[in-house]
Amino acid sequence: MDFDLNEEQRLIADNVARLMKDRYGFESRKAYRATPLGFSEDLWRQYAELGLLGVPFAEEDGGFGGGAVETMLIMEALGRALALEPYLATVVLAGGLLRRGASAEQRAALVPPIASGDLRLAFAHSERQSGWDLFDVASSARKDGAGYRLNGEKGLVIHGDSAQKLIVSARSAGGRRERGGLGLFLVDASAPGVARRGYATQDGQRAAEITLTDVRVEAHDVVGDPEGAAPAIERAVDEAIAALCAEAVGAMSEAQEITVDYLKTRKQFGVPIGSFQALQHRAADMVVALEQARSMMLLATMSAGDEDAASRGRAISAAKAQIGRSARFIGQQATQLHGGIGMTYEYKLGHLFKRMTMIDMSFGDADAHLRRLSEGDSLFA
Amino acid sequence: MDLRFTEEEIAFRQEVRAFVRAELPASIRDKIAAGRHPSKDDMVRWTRILAAKGWSVPHWPVEWGGTGWSPIKLLIFNDELQKANAPESLVFGTSMVGPVIYTFGSQAQKERFLPRIVDLRDWWCQGFSEPGAGSDLAGLRTTAKRDGAEWVIEGQKTWTTLGQYADWIFVLARTDPGVKKQEGISFFLVDMKSPGVTVRPIQTIDGGHEVNEVFFDAVRVPLDNLVGKENKGWDYAKFLLGNERTGIARVGISKARLARIRQLAMLPTYGDQPKMADPLFRMKLATIEVELKALEMTQMRVIAGERRAEKGKPDPTSSVLKIKGSELQQATTELLMDVVGPYALPFEPEREDGERWNEPPIGPDWAATIAPGYFNTRKVSIYGGSNEIQRSIIAKAILGL
Repeated sequence: MDFDLNEEQRLIADNVARLMKDRYGFESRKAYRATPLGFSEDLWRQYAELGLLGVPFAEEDGGFGGGAVETMLIMEALGRALALEPYLATVVLAGGLLRRGASAEQRAALVPPIASGDLRLAFAHSERQSGWDLFDVASSARKDGAGYRLNGEKGLVIHGDSAQKLIVSARSAGGRRERGGLGLFLVDASAPGVARRGYATQDGQRAAEITLTDVRVEAHDVVGDPEGAAPAIERAVDEAIAALCAEAVGAMSEAQEITVDYLKTRKQFGVPIGSFQALQHRAADMVVALEQARSMMLLATMSAGDEDAASRGRAISAAKAQIGRSARFIGQQATQLHGGIGMTYEYKLGHLFKRMTMIDMSFGDADAHLRRLSEGDSLFA
Repeated sequence: MDLRFTEEEIAFRQEVRAFVRAELPASIRDKIAAGRHPSKDDMVRWTRILAAKGWSVPHWPVEWGGTGWSPIKLLIFNDELQKANAPESLVFGTSMVGPVIYTFGSQAQKERFLPRIVDLRDWWCQGFSEPGAGSDLAGLRTTAKRDGAEWVIEGQKTWTTLGQYADWIFVLARTDPGVKKQEGISFFLVDMKSPGVTVRPIQTIDGGHEVNEVFFDAVRVPLDNLVGKENKGWDYAKFLLGNERTGIARVGISKARLARIRQLAMLPTYGDQPKMADPLFRMKLATIEVELKALEMTQMRVIAGERRAEKGKPDPTSSVLKIKGSELQQATTELLMDVVGPYALPFEPEREDGERWNEPPIGPDWAATIAPGYFNTRKVSIYGGSNEIQRSIIAKAILGL
């Protein structure tokens, strides 16, 4: 039992924190968000220079051989700054699919350009009807010579509007909600038959609805077993959830600090409002919620590498449920403690609140994960 | 960073588990598991079994009977005992007055009192709260005045847990009324057999008798029974209250209760389906398990942080453990109410010695303790510094408000 970071991990954390401090002031973020991409390409190159984009990939594939702890440290710092770059979409989520599902040749072709910042990916998976069901996929992959033809409509593709390549899930066999029969297909975002509608999300990030019409995929762009992608999808999504937990904890920590600063400086009735017990106790409850969330972020991080899908899934669900509940609580309390200022678009807190709320609404909200837990064994079994 | 236990810690857990399984008397285990209170004899018997193994005061210095275990091992030890439904040790001796004596007491006090705590020859109780001094403990009004070779104590204490069995009581009393209230308090060790000590029971809402009022009517106490320095008692009291940083979360007890909930919820108590078939109930259970898992991790983080923390200085994070730990103890006893359903209603008083009533049970034979347990457990967010006091500690010591 050891919660200490090693030297390299501390270095990564310091580097990201410094970059965010130097380049991610709230005003700068506003400018990045207003660009057509919705984030800063310049910062994306900085991420690459710091080595962040290659962190979770194996050294033999052109990465840095980092693990879940390194990803956690990066995501927590990005969460504090409300960073807009597609780190989760490209490095964690699509990266996870490549790590778990792709061939050595595919990894050799894709990981170096990801690590250098030249290639951004998105995972086109969920669909209009999917809800929180990870295997509710209707899009089809029809055999076409040595390759496939894809048809279907993908929704809520995180950073799907700016990615150069998409990893598309589609059914080569099985019924709409079956676990079996799913494949992963690498598609150029500008390929004939791909239509994208990009949009902003509540939290200032970007996503896309994507229509696939007879999109041709060559045999060498099939990622893994075209009928057996479910374990890789599950694994990559669990890793993405662990990363999102860290991002949420970063956002919650920042919200907590901003709020405490505000309580110390805002005066009413001639005194700082933080001297009032009614407000102190709300702030104390935020501390409790944040500590619980941080604990579960650590559990998720430590469990992300668990090869046993059932025990990994239980830990990830428990973490996601706790973080979702803590995020709602902290976001609501922080807004209330700020009073009117907390409601304004020009102040960072509201944007932290929105990001942590949207994290709860991604990959299963708190209730969805509690339901999953309620149908299985005890967490203490 | 590695959240796994080491091989040695895993082996240690197995050793403790095997020991408890072999040595904890079944009658005591079943009583605790059923939510009933151990008798005085049960407590003494179990403490002596532990003492014979050298494990009754594991957190103490080795010199006085401790083990020298790491904080993680202590955590594992407590967790295993709690999960196995062993009685908790009598904390008034082992975690309160014992550490005060070995830290601040005289050599003579250490030699006289500590060995008798180790095997529970002396049953200690706590004389802190008063009718007018609860959360504002420093406002206490019990006085101690010097009269020749003795102190004379006058006043009243209350909420004295298990004082009806006690041989000794440790008492905070005002020795200097002329200074700031925290600076005129001293810490005394008082023999309960002293003339002028009267114990009166307080019955609690569950019908039980755990707490008492203790009256001091010109009670004479030898000068030697003052601990440390005169007028420094508040420092010792703060040390004592902050000393139990992590045990306060009682994660193991909540885990044992969840195991019981799962077991009872599988029984076909009413109708055709066990309670476990109710999705709403399962959602509540899952919600509590998630919070408890998080608390278990938080507790480990606090313990890991303790290695670096200043020794003897209370960690304000223990207030987080107190708040969440007490809330979960209450949530689990409340969830048991969902399990017992309509047969929560019959009231079957528990005999004071904790033995089972002689009448046949009314309804399911496990039902009778559940409502009293629910009512009784409301105390955990009130005692040991109410949860509101803990929130104020967090606001001041962690947030600087």
